[in-house]
Amino acid sequence: MTRRIDCDVAIVGGGLVGSSAALALRSMGFSVVLLDKGFCGAQASGVNYGGVRRQGRPPEQLPLSQRSHAIWPRLQQLIGIDGEFLRSGHLKLARSAADMASLEHYAADVAPFELDLELVGHNQLRERFGIAGDIVGGSFCPGDGHANPRLVATAFAAAAGRAGAEVLERTKVTGASRTFEGFALEAGDVAIKARAVINSAGAWADSFAAAFGEPVPLERTYPSMIVTEPLDPFLSVNIGIEGGGIYARQVTRGNVVVGGERAAPLADSDFSRPRSDGVLTIMQRASELFGPLRHAQAIRFWSGTEATMPDRNPVIGPSATTPGLIHAFGFSGAGFQIAPGVGEVLAELVRDGRTSTPIDAFSITRFSPASQPGDASQAAMTTGSKETSP
Amino acid sequence: MAERASPLIVGAGPAGIRAAITLAAAGLRPSVIDEAHACGGQIYRQPLALDGRDDRARYGSDAAKASRLHRDFAALGTGVDYRPRSLLWNLGDGVADVLRDGVSQRLSYDGLILATGATDRVLPIPGWTLPGVFTLGGAQVALKAQGCAIGRRVVFAGSGPLLYLVAWQYVKAGVDVAAVLDSAPLSAKFNLLRALPLAPGIVLRGLRMAAELALRGTRVQLGVSGLRIEGEGRVARIVYRSASCEHAIACDGVGYGLNLRSETQAADLAGCAFRFDPRDRAHLPVRDVSGRSNVAGVYLAGDGAGIAGADAAEAAGERAALALLEDRGLPHDPPRADVLERALATIDRLRDALEAAFPFPSHWAAGLADDALLCRCEDISAGEARRAIGDFALTEMNRLKAVTRIGMGRCQGRMCGAAAAELLAAQTRREVGAVGRLRAQAPIKPIPLAAGLSVDERQHDPAH
Repeated sequence: MTRRIDCDVAIVGGGLVGSSAALALRSMGFSVVLLDKGFCGAQASGVNYGGVRRQGRPPEQLPLSQRSHAIWPRLQQLIGIDGEFLRSGHLKLARSAADMASLEHYAADVAPFELDLELVGHNQLRERFGIAGDIVGGSFCPGDGHANPRLVATAFAAAAGRAGAEVLERTKVTGASRTFEGFALEAGDVAIKARAVINSAGAWADSFAAAFGEPVPLERTYPSMIVTEPLDPFLSVNIGIEGGGIYARQVTRGNVVVGGERAAPLADSDFSRPRSDGVLTIMQRASELFGPLRHAQAIRFWSGTEATMPDRNPVIGPSATTPGLIHAFGFSGAGFQIAPGVGEVLAELVRDGRTSTPIDAFSITRFSPASQPGDASQAAMTTGSKETSP
Repeated sequence: MAERASPLIVGAGPAGIRAAITLAAAGLRPSVIDEAHACGGQIYRQPLALDGRDDRARYGSDAAKASRLHRDFAALGTGVDYRPRSLLWNLGDGVADVLRDGVSQRLSYDGLILATGATDRVLPIPGWTLPGVFTLGGAQVALKAQGCAIGRRVVFAGSGPLLYLVAWQYVKAGVDVAAVLDSAPLSAKFNLLRALPLAPGIVLRGLRMAAELALRGTRVQLGVSGLRIEGEGRVARIVYRSASCEHAIACDGVGYGLNLRSETQAADLAGCAFRFDPRDRAHLPVRDVSGRSNVAGVYLAGDGAGIAGADAAEAAGERAALALLEDRGLPHDPPRADVLERALATIDRLRDALEAAFPFPSHWAAGLADDALLCRCEDISAGEARRAIGDFALTEMNRLKAVTRIGMGRCQGRMCGAAAAELLAAQTRREVGAVGRLRAQAPIKPIPLAAGLSVDERQHDPAH
């Protein structure tokens, strides 16, 4: 028998963006249904590297990133756990003079945002951070850090549930249409009426957007990570490398998480596995950079499904075709730090129709400037379908 | 036309050995990778160094089978590409990643027979991680391969045929075995009558062992519950309840286990479909009577695909190899395949009876104390797991892993996964088959980061 739910806001996708939006909307008094086809926080939000980093983001992301920056230290009071958030600092390394020059340029470019970046030379890297290898220098952002991705989104969803949001897991949205009053969603044996809808469906958000006449060039990417056995503390900061390569952090328990390369999707492209040559490359680079890793064991690899946009900026903001629909997806492998701030912004958009944080650069219209407002009242869609955009 | 790559056999226990012999007899030259230094698997494990004992002393009444397998495999000589001390750590698309002597190699194959075997199934009890506590299989390996005992005065506890076998082997070796504590009640043992006509030799031998244990002064106690192991820093005694009385036995070694569990990660990485098996209380890779999985060219044999013992493993290894030959368009002896399938069907009925005679204590999880350690690698107690299940409304194993770290450590859930599933099922009032299974990821077992370094880079290691 079909269960009917009437709510102010239906959120499609229970990742960190959707879950934090649900919690923010509840604190404003809206009634919220949070839907996930699987489990909240089980996709990209839960299987990313766990970097909580502003450094390296393009300037247009920094206002939003700074907003999030203020939320991370408050997780305990907000969601009941600290998410193992450590304000360790983020150190970005340069392997060549040219890379160092680009770190210097970046520091100058983002000076107005007050990230307190500090450029560090070769000798200091060794003395302060114990970094070996052929590294020219680095840029240190003391306020950045890392956290446990497996916990944060899951805890946001649980907190939203405790705050009165209806959290429906294993509930795939199979139909959505714009109605006179708002939206009608079908999800399994649940029929939902909502005045507003947030599309935070991550790697599955493109088909939802397309159903409302807004196709986007979303691509799926699959990061790959390795984790070592617990080791004595040797790495106090979150490490990145200019121009890519690997990124690494050591958690309080002692395990070192190292990411890099790309995993390969399985036949069902919702799932992926790290490639053997990829993880061997990560292990080789990590053991070159960090002496203690030369004698460590890798105990676990993982991957996940991320949504990446061609310009590596997310899509955040109102739909151009459908009033009441708000998009927030495509964080391109860099959504973890920024997501709690996005949640607040989405709640403001629902309440006020605008937000105090600039998000114009993330409008969906940048991919479909000439898009015709489709007949959205007839739109029907399937999330999780195989119709990914090229 | 390019020559086809050789088939790959993973595991050199009874299933892997029979598969290799069968493929070699048909003119193929399979690769056989195995973690051990010599063939035989766990049951017919060979000693690391000669210790003066003969096969009869080492393997008891299984000596003839052990000798024959060792001899037949050795006789293959260069007819197989045998790679001992080799760890399979990843699989995919016809390529296996194999670690040997610290170096990772890629091995292409065409046709894959997984004979990955089993490990002890252990459910936590208070004190199960104290030094001096071993699994039943571990206690047996110590004796068989290293010629040493796990203690001077030993108690064996749990369930399964191995419980009596190991206790008997210890007694034969001259160790003081204080007690055998069987979680199954006497009523369960009447199921052995069902097993008797199917395998009179095995059943009578088991009964004889139990009788001999009792005659030699070992206390054989059925229907025990409330097991806990106590001691300061190491095992000093084991405590149990029987007929609502609590008893304690002083000992310095405990062998504990509840039958076996299949090693299925390689099948998972090979893309095999899984189904829940009520008898083994585990998700197992799907296979037909021939050992074919749902993935073309991937075959499953032996305890790695469902617990059935060494005799079944030999038959299943040979049967899977015949299936591979048939699928490859080679002569494959259909009458022999029929004989093997009939033998396997008989053993399957025997397994039903044995499982009923040594039933899994499924009520265990609900009664496990909150302070008992559930996940050894990540140091997670039963209480912490229960709290997370409640706080996050968890109903599925991979979510339990994500939130609590259970199954995330060195063992990757191989040791704690079955226990965690039982606990999750009990806590959420579901059947254990309904809470899902931990998805396997590489590496199957830990591998050194230095495996990513080339030989040159390794030589620059300042530590060497």
